[in-house]
Amino acid sequence: MTIVEVNKDNFEDEVLKSDIPVLADFNAEWCGPCRSMKPMLEEMAKTNPGYKIVSIDIDAEDELAEDYDVSSIPCLVAFRDGEEVNRSVGLISRDAIAELMEG
Amino acid sequence: MYDIIVVGAGPAGMTAAIYARRAARSVLVLEAVNYGGQILNTPDIENYPVEAHISGYDFSTKVYEQAKDLGAEFVFEKVVEIRSEEDKKTVITPKNTYTAKAVILATGSENRKLGLDDEDRLVGRGVSYCATCDGNFYRNKVVAVVGGGNTALEDALYLSDLAKQVYLIHRRDSFRGEETNAARLKEKENVEIIYNANVTKLISEKRLKAIEVTDKLNGNVRTIELNGLFIAVGRIPENRNFADLIKLDDAGYVIAGEDCHTNIDGIFVAGDNRTKMLRQLVTATGDGAVAATEAVKYINNK
Repeated sequence: MTIVEVNKDNFEDEVLKSDIPVLADFNAEWCGPCRSMKPMLEEMAKTNPGYKIVSIDIDAEDELAEDYDVSSIPCLVAFRDGEEVNRSVGLISRDAIAELMEG
Repeated sequence: MYDIIVVGAGPAGMTAAIYARRAARSVLVLEAVNYGGQILNTPDIENYPVEAHISGYDFSTKVYEQAKDLGAEFVFEKVVEIRSEEDKKTVITPKNTYTAKAVILATGSENRKLGLDDEDRLVGRGVSYCATCDGNFYRNKVVAVVGGGNTALEDALYLSDLAKQVYLIHRRDSFRGEETNAARLKEKENVEIIYNANVTKLISEKRLKAIEVTDKLNGNVRTIELNGLFIAVGRIPENRNFADLIKLDDAGYVIAGEDCHTNIDGIFVAGDNRTKMLRQLVTATGDGAVAATEAVKYINNK
């Protein structure tokens, strides 16, 4: 899979109603650590069919960022059955990202 | 065994790798998470020669690619210990053990915390260490900045153009930072400066809701309701894992002169974690060049 771009119109379908767990990457183009993490997330999206990775541009989707209490990026939020189960803020390693999805 | 192991893939470490490769030495760069370092957080670098504007991410990616193309190896593992013997240095991560003839410490620094309960949990939920990164989340909201150096003053100025109200909390009665910044802040109608005070408590539910500020002179406690707290109380060098081996000053910086030599033969230091006058991108890359050149000289003389 590739990373799915998500906005407020498709958030419910792509994230909350997803059959498989979802890792939501709240990010922005101007955010260096977000860009630094992107290649890792792209590679994980390709190699881990067990969950879906979505990207949310917080500048365009400020309502979603506010709804989910995101006030610092990069912010990764793990969803399972429509519920937040895990979250991390800041640049983290590939292993730490994988752990978010296992926890 | 490698010729040189560089600990840290920020501008200093990656420049050291470039210089060491151009001297035809084998190089391994070890970094905890990803290349880039602190400069990743800078959206626009305006004071590095050659380009008038470049983002920290683009800058570090270019340096990374340059080092890789020259043949430097990068492995993303955190160094937890270094051992020094006469003819080899051993560098230990949780996953592996590596050896080299020489080591360059380019670990940089990290944000100093206030050390309050719940501070870690509230990062990204109202607590931030980077106003230019997170300021946009606080448009028309109430924020406080804690600190008295230039970073704190610049953060408060930056936030005063976004937020409804900015409190600047400083533990002394005057600022160490630039006079002009302090003067500009005092003119801002939406900025209140609270002198001689410490933030003593973070009040939160799911996210930060208020802070308690204690006056150092009379002990009075004031509660300030707010949406965000920006902590700008300096940085600490990431040298703790080497403190048994390498001589540090009281603030934790590796004691070394412009030649980047530490107290241990064959171990060098480059960048923000060294004792120095000016910690800037250009001085970090300068250190990288010096440390690599000295490391190569050390290997050649053995």
